[in-house]
Amino acid sequence: MSMQVEDPRVIEFDVRTDEMLVNMGPQHPSTHGVLRLLLKTDGEVVSEVTPHIGYLHRCAEKIGENLSPPQWIPYTDRMDYLAAMNMNLGFSLAVEKLIGMEVPEKAMNCRLIIAELGRIASHLVGMGAYGLDLGSFSPFLYAFREREIILDLFEETCGARLTYSYMTPGGVTHDLPGMITIPPGLAQLTGHSPDMELEWKDAVLMFLEWLETRIREYHTLLTRNAIFIKRTAGIGILTPEMAKSYGCTGPVLRGSGIDYDLRRDGEEIYTRMYKGYNFEIPVAPFDAAPHGVELGDNWSRFYVRMMEVVQAIGLVRQGLEKYETAEGTYREGFKMGSKLPSDECYLETESPRGQMGFYIVGSGAAEPLRTRAKSSCFCNLSVTAPLCENTLLGDIPSVVGSLDIVMGEIDR
Amino acid sequence: MNTEEIHGLLAEQFGDAILELKTEAIDPWIVVSADKIVDILTFLRDDERLQFDHLNDLTAVDFLEPDEKKAKKFPYDPHLEIVYHLSSFGLKHRTVIKISVPRWKNDEPGSHPEIPSVAGVFGIADWHEREAYDMFGINFVGHPNLKRILCPEDWEGHPLRKDYDFPLEYHGIRGM
Repeated sequence: MSMQVEDPRVIEFDVRTDEMLVNMGPQHPSTHGVLRLLLKTDGEVVSEVTPHIGYLHRCAEKIGENLSPPQWIPYTDRMDYLAAMNMNLGFSLAVEKLIGMEVPEKAMNCRLIIAELGRIASHLVGMGAYGLDLGSFSPFLYAFREREIILDLFEETCGARLTYSYMTPGGVTHDLPGMITIPPGLAQLTGHSPDMELEWKDAVLMFLEWLETRIREYHTLLTRNAIFIKRTAGIGILTPEMAKSYGCTGPVLRGSGIDYDLRRDGEEIYTRMYKGYNFEIPVAPFDAAPHGVELGDNWSRFYVRMMEVVQAIGLVRQGLEKYETAEGTYREGFKMGSKLPSDECYLETESPRGQMGFYIVGSGAAEPLRTRAKSSCFCNLSVTAPLCENTLLGDIPSVVGSLDIVMGEIDR
Repeated sequence: MNTEEIHGLLAEQFGDAILELKTEAIDPWIVVSADKIVDILTFLRDDERLQFDHLNDLTAVDFLEPDEKKAKKFPYDPHLEIVYHLSSFGLKHRTVIKISVPRWKNDEPGSHPEIPSVAGVFGIADWHEREAYDMFGINFVGHPNLKRILCPEDWEGHPLRKDYDFPLEYHGIRGM
């Protein structure tokens, strides 16, 4: 049945938008894994965001109650699989704190070099994937090209490329390697013969030197890119009060202007690894920020990560220098079935995505009564709901991407 | 500020609600009474001398040994503990607050113990309490949205309890 309208223009005023529920994920590419966001939208404006997690829940904590700590190390690899080395480190240190063990200087030095290389690899993925979220494809390819070389170097160190289980209670499983064949990616990029043999240490230094010159390129590709700035500056502003209340840590916290890094402010068992090293902790606001950037927005969080890569390069260099004179062995014995005391301890370490905490309760048996992994991304993600209120639909990937989450760590 | 001094301040403020101080542990802890937890955490957060503005972790521990043989050697009585790890960004100190409750409310298996929710004090407590509810079956009274977070909504039981029975099937998917 047709309807007569006296004045066609009236229809214009009559068109109303309805609230609509949109499911974003769990297979959406820009949700970084299996995260499902339930969006309540009115046109382009999102009024409410409800994150649903748990699609990757593998009961890691329950499994940990039936395994001795060295046996649980591989499970920590599979939490934050982009920074598995830093996960190993956090749990190993927590176990050492519980049993009162001190690792030799050499072991600490190996751990520092590898953990900081892991931080570079992790931030490279964070940067590349963030570019991809915002529709810029090339930084992603560059980031993975660079990360590939770090993975090759890790493979020479411990045999694995992604799930290393390299740092265990007592130290590390292998000493740093000696002569290696140059990683194929590095040979190609630096113009050396692919058959070239060199010291592992020299390969790392060669890579760092090359990476350092690339960082300026990333800045032109993303940081100073007008489109990138438009999509990130002044969007997703996380105030310092909110960051504190929601337990945000790592680059997300420092992007909101709170100067706190466990490598400097943490517990002694962790900070003594970094004793005698010179490094700065990048904290927003930055002098280099382009027009429109505000404290705690997407751009600030991204820039903190970029600056941390520069600091990590310096730390690895200093570590390699100190490696020559480091005393002791790379590994102190930890007996497989040794009993844990009837005590408990909690330790947080500065993993690339924030403060990763491990809580272990012993009961006199070899298996702990409780192993708890407090995920940094879990806390960082919990802030999405208030952060995404009343933003545009297109800005949701920009905000969620800037938190740099890994679902394996959130769901455990 | 160390845990003894923090305990002193809390005891001065809350008196009987502060139950126990354990200093010989690796991370010294203070046991407090459950019904005052919201006030205590608010005080810890807002007091100028303490400034505990970061809730690092909120979790629970189930002290039970289901195996009868091993239970003889087990050093703890059966109970549940809710653990709050706090630290301060400004003053850079840390502390641990604990609540101890029976495993089941009124000792009736299946009825969840009740604890006041601190989601109003720290934003992150919202999700941590949901996880503790999901894994341990602790009812956080006053929580805005106490639903399971990691397990599916129709999941039965609370997996991190020591006497949890593993399901043999879930919607026709066989396990074990």
